[in-house]
Amino acid sequence: MSASTFAAFAERYEMVVGLEVHVQLKTATKAFCACSSAFGAPPNTNVCPVCLALPGALPVLNARAVELAVRAALAIDCTVHGVSVFARKNYFYPDLPKGYQISQFDQPLATGGALATGHRSVGITRVHMEEDAGKSIHDRFSGATAIDLNRAGVPLIEIVSEPDMRSAADAGAYLRALKQVLEYVDVSDVSMEEGSLRVDANISVRPHGDAALGTKTEVKNMNSFSGVERALDAEFVRQCALIDAGGRVEQQTMLWDGAAAEVRPARSKEGSHDYRYFPEPDLPPLVLAGDFVARIRRDLPELPAARRARYVADYALGEYDVEVLTASPRVADYFEATVRAHGDAKASANWVMGEVLGALKASGEDIADFRVQPAALSALLGLVRDGVVSHTAAKQIFGIMVASGGAPAEIAAREGLVKVSDDDALGTWLDEVIAAMPAEAERFRQGEKKLQGVLIGAVMKKSKGSADPKRLAQLLAARLGS
Amino acid sequence: MAVSLDDVRHIAGLARLGLTDERAHALVAELNTILGHMDALSRVDTSQAASAEAGAGMPLREDVGPADPLDRAPEKFAPSVRDGFFLVPRLATHETGEEA
Amino acid sequence: MSAAAREAVAAAARRADEVNAGRDGLNIFAWRDDAAAFTDADTSPDGPLAGFPVAVKDNIATRTLPTTCGSRILRGFVSPYEATVVRRLRAAGAVVFGKTNMDEFAMGSSTEHSAYGPTRNPVAPDRVPGGSSGGSAAAVAAGVVRIALGSETGGSVRQPAALCGVVGVKPTYGRVSRYGLVAFASSLDQVGVFGAGVDDAALALGVVAGRDPYDATSVDRPVPDYRAAAHASLRGLVVGKPREYFPADLEPRVRAHCERALDLLRAAGAEIRDVSLPHTALAIPVYYIVAPAEASSNLARFDGVRYGLRLDGDGLRGMYEATRSQGFGAEVTRRIMLGTYVLSAGYYDAYYRKAQQVRQLITDDFTRVFASGVHLLFTPTTPTPAFPIGATTDPYEMYLNDIFTATANLAGVPAMSQPIGRVDGLPVGGQFIAPLFDEARMFSAAFALERALGEEAHR
Repeated sequence: MSASTFAAFAERYEMVVGLEVHVQLKTATKAFCACSSAFGAPPNTNVCPVCLALPGALPVLNARAVELAVRAALAIDCTVHGVSVFARKNYFYPDLPKGYQISQFDQPLATGGALATGHRSVGITRVHMEEDAGKSIHDRFSGATAIDLNRAGVPLIEIVSEPDMRSAADAGAYLRALKQVLEYVDVSDVSMEEGSLRVDANISVRPHGDAALGTKTEVKNMNSFSGVERALDAEFVRQCALIDAGGRVEQQTMLWDGAAAEVRPARSKEGSHDYRYFPEPDLPPLVLAGDFVARIRRDLPELPAARRARYVADYALGEYDVEVLTASPRVADYFEATVRAHGDAKASANWVMGEVLGALKASGEDIADFRVQPAALSALLGLVRDGVVSHTAAKQIFGIMVASGGAPAEIAAREGLVKVSDDDALGTWLDEVIAAMPAEAERFRQGEKKLQGVLIGAVMKKSKGSADPKRLAQLLAARLGS
Repeated sequence: MAVSLDDVRHIAGLARLGLTDERAHALVAELNTILGHMDALSRVDTSQAASAEAGAGMPLREDVGPADPLDRAPEKFAPSVRDGFFLVPRLATHETGEEA
Repeated sequence: MSAAAREAVAAAARRADEVNAGRDGLNIFAWRDDAAAFTDADTSPDGPLAGFPVAVKDNIATRTLPTTCGSRILRGFVSPYEATVVRRLRAAGAVVFGKTNMDEFAMGSSTEHSAYGPTRNPVAPDRVPGGSSGGSAAAVAAGVVRIALGSETGGSVRQPAALCGVVGVKPTYGRVSRYGLVAFASSLDQVGVFGAGVDDAALALGVVAGRDPYDATSVDRPVPDYRAAAHASLRGLVVGKPREYFPADLEPRVRAHCERALDLLRAAGAEIRDVSLPHTALAIPVYYIVAPAEASSNLARFDGVRYGLRLDGDGLRGMYEATRSQGFGAEVTRRIMLGTYVLSAGYYDAYYRKAQQVRQLITDDFTRVFASGVHLLFTPTTPTPAFPIGATTDPYEMYLNDIFTATANLAGVPAMSQPIGRVDGLPVGGQFIAPLFDEARMFSAAFALERALGEEAHR
């Protein structure tokens, strides 16, 4: 699909997108039984009569799953209903042991919310609770599919958006904003890579200006947010081309093939599924006391939008810095702890955004596991502020702290990185550099002022970063300046 | 409402029951007879039925293990297990759930 | 205690062998393991059921003995966990003596629909013992055990109790844990108890009743001592006689036995009052929509993947279809079809939703009558005594056996049957129905009636 094809269709057709996002809740045990919901156990070891669907087993709902589900619903501004009802969604699949999934149908936990994403607000139709299925592995044994039910029964919430998105970019923005909010309220790991966040998209097209909605298809099997965006664009083009050719879009499930960068229909014998929903007779209605919901609302952590506003107001940081610092709640917590200890928000911001996030990206670890914690970073920043070490030296010290820990002052002393402002020492190094680089020195003396960086840089290197660059500049000017 | 042979085949498919032709034909008559007796319900006025109170609702459980233990591991009672996995014939269409 | 327990098990085993012998063998038990029973007898703790061998219906999970629900699809399946009710029996000192035969997956009123052969009525071996808990009723009626567990969905304890001449109790929905009871219709199922006499049943119910954290539908209410009602006075008790349970065409001798029972209650101080439960006739259509619907979903787990029978077919779908078509019998297949149909797209509102609404009307009938000063209801348990094996072939005609019992399941109220006489030597049962969680009052009337009838109950 070429960009020009897409652009041509986009001139005449509008994309209408709604997203259904499944989120695994980070409880210790499963939704309806006390098996561990932890990832990574040997197959079929986190199982019991309930999640194996043995004859006679019964579900009992996990209170913490309810709490996390309510928290998530409140965080995206939904109305949480005091009474909600579970329902059976009946279908046959080997990783669905009961032959039905316990979900919610016409009386879900929450309805009617909204999520601000960039320039648009996306409506949330509903949030409901349900259980995850097990895993089917098709390529481990030839001729057979292997079933692992460790994941069967892990609690999920399904977040259904209104069809308010009008582009792949809208969808990407929604997903990033949703992931961020859910991270902030700490209900899930929300990782598409790990499977704790899954996305199904519903997409239809219509000529610009039409009010009626076209027939929608469901697109599944995307593994990343960018995959979602590319899949939507691909399906958009497919539907537009079909309509242009005089065809009609059929309601069907399409699968995204990331490798081939195309969507194709899921092979299915039946048209739409008949799930034969009926209220789950093994579970009375879920009744939430009024003060239960109120307490969760009161205890909601600060949400991203509020945090961003606070950073702008309290720390006088620019929009870009604020976005970067608040992208992850743990990074924001780290940043604030550093500011609290050190005092200078701008310096803290620069170091967190630069050195800290850079180190984390290189190592791939989480800031929670990062060796340099706010107190230590603050100590380092203090050394810089007090002129004990230069900025360059500080970066070196930081590198050592990341690799092997230690207190910054001790490292500075040990490594000889304490800033040298002594004119004799500086002068000696400067003379050595001038002697070693006579051509550059001469050109500088002739007026090429930009070589100052090269010469001072050489001294910094020689001094392992401990030379005071400001004083060096003055001495250099004195020796070679005009 | 009359149940047809197509209905019976469709329902048997939903329920994964695998009926022989003979059984399918027999079930058309059986189901229609039984459902005929149910028609009385359509004439009942249910507008005065008391609404079911939710009351205190379902009891919840704490987020702690352990689960009710099995006295033997699944490989001891499952029809086909390898390396701890339940085995089934490889799905013809396996990209999404619900396709078997 | 262990010597007495061993002797009780030995006596049960002797009697079980006796009644199973020969051409007219009763086929009460689907599964027995006498050696395991003796071992349990040796290790059973002291408690209210110490020394009691208890027969358990084959749809209640037990360790060591199979749980096959009278079906091929679970042939040989030994549950890796045990039902709460069985754990409670054992903790009270009881020994599980055998798994009793039943209509497959509890769907039936005659115990003729078992994959393991029909069970015969101990009082008349050419006749059915009733169902679906026919084996448990027969185990008590034949004198193998004094206490047995069964299950109720539409009358499957009371009806066989009536046909076999023993006591059978369906508790209030939620009174007894369903964890480990293989589900048929989840909103109706309850474990029920059979007793040789009212006291046996009261004892057994007291042991198994009470909230279970593994069953979200089990209710947190204290369990009274049901045996304490044994000598309660009936003075001031108002017993309702609902006209819909005494239709003009009721078998005259069944009617006569009921009238005699009511006379005895009156003589013991109760007031008998005519009442009406106008929606009674709708119970069968409602029951035969709601129960199969829930069953069609509950039986989806029998797919050959994790346990039980697996047969090969063309791919996964072929495996499902071969397993289920060979594994389920005709009645189960019929009800799964019916249930799937009434839940399917386009029919849910007209059938399932409507039936649940009419169910509420049936419940409201009981609520209204019990709020009008009536404490209990008394009715015949079944319209007729035991019919011959093989006599009823029309499914809907078989369903009509539940006509006096299914209302209590639909409304969730407790009910029990006790012998009140015989017709041509065949037992007739009289039924008490009580308000929600009022088993104690029900037992008090049952004790009094049993005492007043004496041996007449079996004549």
